Amino acid sequence: MTESNPATSAAAKDQSQQYLTFMMADEEYGVDILSVQEIRGWEATTVIPNAPPHVKGVINLRGTIVPIIDLRQRFGIKTLAYGPTTVVIVLKVHLDKQYKVMGIVVDAVSDVFSITQSEIRSAPDFGQDTDMRFIHGLTCVADKMVILLNINMLLGNEVLPDASQLSSLLQQLDLEQPQAANL
Amino acid sequence: MDIDLSQFTQVFFEESLEGLEVMESELLKLTVPQPDPETINTIFRAAHSIKGGSATFGFNQVAGFTHLLETLLDEIRDGRREMTANHQDMLLLSVDLLRNMLQALMAGQSFESPQQQELENRFNQELSEVAGVEEAPDNASQSNEKSAAKVSETKDSETKESETKETGLSWQIDFHAGADILRCGNDPILMFNELAELGELKVSLPAQELPEFEDLDPESCRLYWQLQLDTEAPLERIKEVFEWVEDDCEIHYQQLPAKTQLVEGVSPQEQAPISTSAPDSQGAATTAKVESGKAVAKTAETSSIRVSTDKIDMLINMVGELVITQAMLGQIGQQEHIDDNALLSLQQGLEQLANHTRDLQESVMQIRMLPISFAFNRFPRLVRDIGQQLGKKVELILKGEETELDKTVMEKIVDPMVHLVRNSLDHGIESPAVRSAKGKPETGRITLNAFHQGGNIVIEITDDGAGLDTGRILAKARDKGLVGAEEELSTEAIQQLIFKPGFSTADSVSDLSGRGVGMDVVRRNIQALSGSVELASTPGKGSRFTIRLPLTLAILDGQLVRVGEHTYVVPLVSIYESLQVESSKVNKLSEEHEVIRLRDEYLPVIRVYQEFNHLAQAKEVKEGLVMVVDNNNQKVGLLVDELLAQQQVVIKSLEDNYAKVPGVSGATILGDGRVALIVDIPGLVTMSGLNQTQEHAA
Repeated sequence: MTESNPATSAAAKDQSQQYLTFMMADEEYGVDILSVQEIRGWEATTVIPNAPPHVKGVINLRGTIVPIIDLRQRFGIKTLAYGPTTVVIVLKVHLDKQYKVMGIVVDAVSDVFSITQSEIRSAPDFGQDTDMRFIHGLTCVADKMVILLNINMLLGNEVLPDASQLSSLLQQLDLEQPQAANL
Repeated sequence: MDIDLSQFTQVFFEESLEGLEVMESELLKLTVPQPDPETINTIFRAAHSIKGGSATFGFNQVAGFTHLLETLLDEIRDGRREMTANHQDMLLLSVDLLRNMLQALMAGQSFESPQQQELENRFNQELSEVAGVEEAPDNASQSNEKSAAKVSETKDSETKESETKETGLSWQIDFHAGADILRCGNDPILMFNELAELGELKVSLPAQELPEFEDLDPESCRLYWQLQLDTEAPLERIKEVFEWVEDDCEIHYQQLPAKTQLVEGVSPQEQAPISTSAPDSQGAATTAKVESGKAVAKTAETSSIRVSTDKIDMLINMVGELVITQAMLGQIGQQEHIDDNALLSLQQGLEQLANHTRDLQESVMQIRMLPISFAFNRFPRLVRDIGQQLGKKVELILKGEETELDKTVMEKIVDPMVHLVRNSLDHGIESPAVRSAKGKPETGRITLNAFHQGGNIVIEITDDGAGLDTGRILAKARDKGLVGAEEELSTEAIQQLIFKPGFSTADSVSDLSGRGVGMDVVRRNIQALSGSVELASTPGKGSRFTIRLPLTLAILDGQLVRVGEHTYVVPLVSIYESLQVESSKVNKLSEEHEVIRLRDEYLPVIRVYQEFNHLAQAKEVKEGLVMVVDNNNQKVGLLVDELLAQQQVVIKSLEDNYAKVPGVSGATILGDGRVALIVDIPGLVTMSGLNQTQEHAA
């Protein structure tokens, strides 16, 4: 098990870290590449009764039961119909002592970038009410903004998602994005 | 130190705990004053290996204390001392104490207990009474043993004193490496590196004692190092670095005034050095290893299991056969045309493969199986202690100890069993006076019996005590408002009351029972293992608790059912029957609740699709199938669309990567690779709100 917690590793300030980026509704998001276990195509899931709508269900990943999260829905973005190009990124999410394996549905995998800590700007402050801990920071690669996600915060809290907060946050995020890109 | 001892400490803990169990059960077998010499020997051997092991790993406290036990046992074994009941008590108490010590060590905590001092005093007092004359032969016999440890009782206090003195000091270590040190695979550099981790290390190599060039054997080590170490670590920690070489090398430790520079040529003898040479090495081996003890605690969480070699051999055989079958199938697969002959052998091969896979699966499950004696073994002691405490005479009979049970189930069933046995002792068995007044033998009897029945294991806890006092239970239940004042209940229903939360009939709250958190917790714990507990009681004759548990938690016989487009698995054991119900037999109680009439009974129906929020084909009872299932001895109907196949399914955790889902106990993977969820019937009933209505009805 390799520990990879970009938020706390102060020593890695000047070391560059690799991020896998993916597209969703014309935005580019990045996750720490060390937490990526594999990338696979979308397959039908087994629905979990009474689960929140963004939890699409569970799949059998070589004998392990892995939940699949629709990141569009999680972020309140309009959903697309799943097609053969829809991609599931299987991630290792580190919790306190153990880790969970989860898959996220995204539009398409984009690229791998090396980003140093100094290139990462902290996420804009949306005020006290908004929990931004799941955004590790923002960075610019070739004049494009990439939102770096802290998947441990984002998916580790999957059990109790606070939907109202998320939707409001999304709206704010949309409003703030042009500014952030200009930074 | 080039070998990491910590990887073995886990084994040591397990073996020591097993040793303690052996000691305990043997001690209980002992007859006073003429004990069976074989029993004493067994106890002695167990104590001895605990002592040896703990000394090797540097658990001084354990080693020192076990030494006392061993000395006493040795004297009894040699017939120099007569076994008394007092000894038996002391030894049993020591077993408890040692267990606590080991548990503290496993958790990486330091262990302190006034009980230890008290027991040590008792031992010392006991030993000094006769042993004054015997001391010499005692010591002689001690040194004959191949014990790794030789700890005197004063050792502990010595160590503590020196530890306090040693903090933040400078040590000079003269290290004359033995000629063979390199051949033995000990690298001084590794030792120096380890020392350097303890503090600031200066190494110098005085060029002396070197042989002439012609005589030089390149594989022999003739070097002599002077090391200066500024460290906060105690001397024991430093000695530990050299633990593996101290027999071959000459090592002198000398304490320097703090922060002085290394002085060349200071004779080690000048300042009363603490020297370690071969004869004393045993003492050094016993020194405390506080730091490594802590490191171990982190890794100590992994649990392990002992498997008999027979089972493993069987597995290897089966895997061998599996490989052969696979090769055969592979050959057929390579043929360009599959003709009738090939098809036949293909079918045969597949059949074989299925057989082997099933056998292999069964054998693998066998690995997790342990005889229930692992759980039973703690009860003789428990019964003896509590019996004494309560002044009751109790005989414990164990039956079916070889019955095998899954390790995980075993671990979880022990606590409920302890509770039931305690209850039997406390409430069931009467005091000797009452018993003889009733014409029963003075000694009460508690029987633990285990046997297999179908796919279940049944554990019975029977006592020949007073039985349940139904009158008192009913009065108490009325008192607590669990039963209405006017309500009349059958004897059986009254007996069931003791499983209600918050119910206790004990007049006084003791530390044994009577806190009213008992039986409902027992029932809940057993239900969590998908088991059940039943009670049968005859006033004046005794009571019997019957626990039923599945043999394993890993595999389940399941009935696949379809709800809308979703497939679920219902545990086969809980299904009574499935049937189509005519609408004339369906009664609507409210908008949400319906009952069906099945022969003479009325059963509530749960619409599975409603609870799970699915779209279903059969929205009304008459359109679908009603599956009659068991929910805590009550029948409940589940409305599903269709029954599919029956099959054995391997239970997979949903919680590992996701979370607990109400109404679902786990997941499994079907033949086509899809995931199906396993229905948790009690959970589903709770979701539907049926439980509440039933509570009100009762």
